[in-house]
Amino acid sequence: MPDKRMTEDEVIADLESGMTIGIGGWGSRRKPMSLVRAILRSDLTDLHIVSYGGPDVGILTASGKATRVTYGFVSLDSIPLEPHFRAARQAGTLEDFMELDEGAFYLGLMAAAHRVPFYPTRAGLGTAMLSENPGLKTVTSPYADGEELVAIPAFEMDAVLLHMNRADAKGNGQFLGPDLYFDDLFAMAGKKTYMSAEKIIPTAQFLDEGPVHTLRIPRVHVDGVIEAPMGAHFTECPPDYGRDEAFQKEYAATAKDPEAWAQFRADWLELESHEAYRARLNERGLEQRGQS
Amino acid sequence: MSEQSEGDITLDEICVVAIAEAFRGDGEVLCNPMGPVPVIAGRLARATFEPDLMLTDTIAYAIEGNLPFGGDSSDAVIESYMPFRSIFDQVWSGKRHVVMGASQIDRHGNQNFAAIGPYRKPKAQLLGMRGAPGNLINHATTYWVPNQARAFSETVDVVSGPGYDRIAELPEASRSHFEIRRVVTDLGAYDFESEDRTMRVRSLHPGVTLDQAQEASPFELTVTGDVPESRRPTDEELALIRDVFDPKGVRKSEFR
Repeated sequence: MPDKRMTEDEVIADLESGMTIGIGGWGSRRKPMSLVRAILRSDLTDLHIVSYGGPDVGILTASGKATRVTYGFVSLDSIPLEPHFRAARQAGTLEDFMELDEGAFYLGLMAAAHRVPFYPTRAGLGTAMLSENPGLKTVTSPYADGEELVAIPAFEMDAVLLHMNRADAKGNGQFLGPDLYFDDLFAMAGKKTYMSAEKIIPTAQFLDEGPVHTLRIPRVHVDGVIEAPMGAHFTECPPDYGRDEAFQKEYAATAKDPEAWAQFRADWLELESHEAYRARLNERGLEQRGQS
Repeated sequence: MSEQSEGDITLDEICVVAIAEAFRGDGEVLCNPMGPVPVIAGRLARATFEPDLMLTDTIAYAIEGNLPFGGDSSDAVIESYMPFRSIFDQVWSGKRHVVMGASQIDRHGNQNFAAIGPYRKPKAQLLGMRGAPGNLINHATTYWVPNQARAFSETVDVVSGPGYDRIAELPEASRSHFEIRRVVTDLGAYDFESEDRTMRVRSLHPGVTLDQAQEASPFELTVTGDVPESRRPTDEELALIRDVFDPKGVRKSEFR
C-alpha cells in the first residue's frame, strides 16, 4: 500500500523553475495556500501558473514568481478584483497571459485530463478572447456542418497543487464543501499532482465524513499527500472553516503600498513553515474565528 | 443619475420590474442573474408571472421558494445541485438566461467588463472575460447598467460580450443561439428588435424623456414608433420586493 505523505518543502524540492503549475480551487475558495506560500519562500522562478485564480495568482504575480498566467478569471470573490494581480496587469509586468472564458478554461483542463490536443467550443467567437490571444486557434468541423470553432488547447501542466478537506495516505481525496470545482480534472491533467488536505484519515473513515459522492480524487492521479490543517487559509474551506475576510482585506490592502506588501510577506507569507504560520494564526486568535 | 421617485415607487423598483420583464416567456430555463437588482428581479419574475424558472442560491444549489437577497439559504428546499461545472454544461446546453453588467456597451450590444485601455497593459483591469464569450453565443443575455451615461459608449475598448454586428459576421450555426434580450439602465429599457439590430428604446422609466435618454448616450438611440413608459410594479410586486426579497434595501446600493 503506497504511503504518499510528504511535506510542503518536499513538494517544492520536486519542482523546477520554468515549470507550468496548475492550482486547484476557485477564486478565494479551497486554494492550497500552504503550498503557494512554500513556492513563495523557495528559489523557484519563471513559473507559468494555470488557475481559476484567487490569491494564489495574486501572490505569485506580485512577487514575480509567475511570469506567465493562464486563467479563467482572478478574483477574491468578496473582493471582485484581485488587487495584486490587477496591479501587475496595469503596471505591464505581466503581459504574458492567456485569459479565457471561464467555461472554456474547463475545456482546456478536460483536454489535458483526456490527453487530446484541444476541445472545441463556440465561446470566444466574435470577442477579444480570440482576437487578442494569438496563441488561440480555431478548428473546422470535419462533418457536413463545416463550422469553425475555437480550439481550446490542452493545459499541459508539469505539476498540480490541490487542497482537499480529507485525504488518506494513499492519495485518495475527499471534498466536503458544496463544490469540487475542477479539482478532479486538475489532478488528472498534472504530470505530478500534490494534494494537501485538512486531515489525513484512515481510508475506512471516509464515509463517516461524507457520502460516497464526495470521494472524487482517486489516488491513481495523486503523487503526494500533505497534511495541512488550515491549509487553505485565508481562502474558504467549508465545512472546516469559512473565508477569513478580515485577513483577506488586510492582504488586499497591501497591493497599494510596496512597504506594506513587503511587511505582509515577511509577517505571513514567507514564514519558514506551515506550522509557523498556524502558530501565528493561533496568536491572533484567527483560527477560532475562521471556523464555521 | 437622479433619484426619480414617482409617488411611492422608487427607481430601483422600476428597474427590478424592467429586468423581471426580460424573463417573461422564458418558461423552464435556468435564470442566472448577478448582483442585487437582477437577483431580486429573477426571484420576482418566478414569484409572479414566470413560475417555471429555476434559480440558484448563488452558491451551488437550485432552490425553491422566495429567498431574500443575501439571505441564509440553509433552510431553503434544494431542487437540484448546480456546482460550477454543471453551470457551464448548462450554458452550453442553452437552457439559461443570464444577467450581467457592462462597464461599456455600444449600440450593437458589444459589451466590455474586461479592461479599460489596451488589453495587454490596461489602464484599468476589470473583471476579465468571465463567462461573457460563452454566455452570449449560447443563450439569452440581459445587461443591467445602473448608470447609463457612464456605460454607453461609441466603441468598447475590449469586446468581452459580442454584439449583433460581430455576430452577423459568423455563419448561421455559430450565431443561432445568440440573443441580447434586453439592456436595462437607470433611464429605460432597450432591446435590439430594430431592423438593423441596433439598440432600440423599448421603454423609458417614469419621468424620463427621450431627450434625457439620448443625452446620456454618445451613440444615436434607435426609436421605432411611440416609446411607452416602463411598467410600474403592481402592489403585489412592491410588497414582494420590499418585504420578501429585499427588506434591507440592498438594491439601492447599486445606484451610487
